[in-house]
Amino acid sequence: MELINIAQKILISNGLVMAFIFVGVVMWLCYKFSDIVLKGRIHGSAIAIAVGLALAYIGGEITGGKKGLADVAMFGGVGVMGGSMLRDYAIISTAFGAKLSEIKKAGLAGILALFIGIILAYVVGAVVSYAFGYTSAEEMATIGGGAATFIVGPVTGAALGVGSDIVAMSIAAGVVKSILVMIVTPLVAPLVGLNNPQTAIVYGGLMGTTSGTAAGLAATDPRLVPYGAVVATFYTGFGCLLVPSVLYFATKAIMG
Amino acid sequence: MAIYGVALLSACMFIGVWIGSTLGYALGLPSDVGGVGFAMVVLMLASEYADKKGWMTDAANSGIKFWSAMYIPIVVAMAMNQNVVAAIKGGPCAILAGIGAVVVMFALVRPLAAMVKPSEDWEG
Repeated sequence: MELINIAQKILISNGLVMAFIFVGVVMWLCYKFSDIVLKGRIHGSAIAIAVGLALAYIGGEITGGKKGLADVAMFGGVGVMGGSMLRDYAIISTAFGAKLSEIKKAGLAGILALFIGIILAYVVGAVVSYAFGYTSAEEMATIGGGAATFIVGPVTGAALGVGSDIVAMSIAAGVVKSILVMIVTPLVAPLVGLNNPQTAIVYGGLMGTTSGTAAGLAATDPRLVPYGAVVATFYTGFGCLLVPSVLYFATKAIMG
Repeated sequence: MAIYGVALLSACMFIGVWIGSTLGYALGLPSDVGGVGFAMVVLMLASEYADKKGWMTDAANSGIKFWSAMYIPIVVAMAMNQNVVAAIKGGPCAILAGIGAVVVMFALVRPLAAMVKPSEDWEG
């Protein structure tokens, strides 16, 4: 028993470094599975992301926490490795070697996609909210914000003073969106023509969820990551700007 | 030395997030606006400039390329941290709102992308 205790202590006190082993092993298994069992039909990274989400579910069920597997003490380092600091750092590093000229070419379409993405996600969220009987402009705006990203929802909810149940629902809507984007992107990429920087820019603007697009593009073609990410990272900020103000007032005007 | 590349990358993150946070503050927002996006643009400009000046040695480049290669493992770790339980327990309203938003967006990728002619020789 003492041996296990010692091992556990090492794993916990060196969390980040131990997470490298764990993620390395998981990825190795997933890439092998992709190669041998699926003959490469689904890319290893897409499988690894799906397995990661499944592990997050298990971690969340065991601990009742909010950070998936990272709430299990032994895997705390996974929380650092996949936390926002290293995630943002790695996303930025992908811009190394990306061409600014490619981004300029699709700049206008990217900005347009950004605004269309925020407004339409909001409309979809607000309509679904209405259909489920949450018909006040404040509730509709919060759930609409959640359909944009899981940050815009609670920011809107706090600004408009809705109940915590509605805020929780808006976060859930955003997380559902982000997870779906992660899983669905590599599958539908050929259908929507997602194989060049310009389409990746439009895609990043429309989807907007940084984690979703980051993982979705990684599993589709890692070379497209910088183009999608550079636009998507503006989405949450603009969402926080537009949803509690312009879009909320528009909803209020329509709902009376 | 590899640390030169790592330091450059970190400096770009600082500058970018600083611009994004200042913009967010100016607009009265609780979040930053495109900090990571600005940082990416700064990195593209800085590395292009440093390359022209001949400052970017292979060793310095390797400091940035390492993190770029760690991108997918970091994204896998990120997936492990998602609050999947909350997403599933959010109930039909939250799930439908999320699904609806994704379906509509994917339908729009092609028509919007048609606005620009895609590059064919962007690799490399």
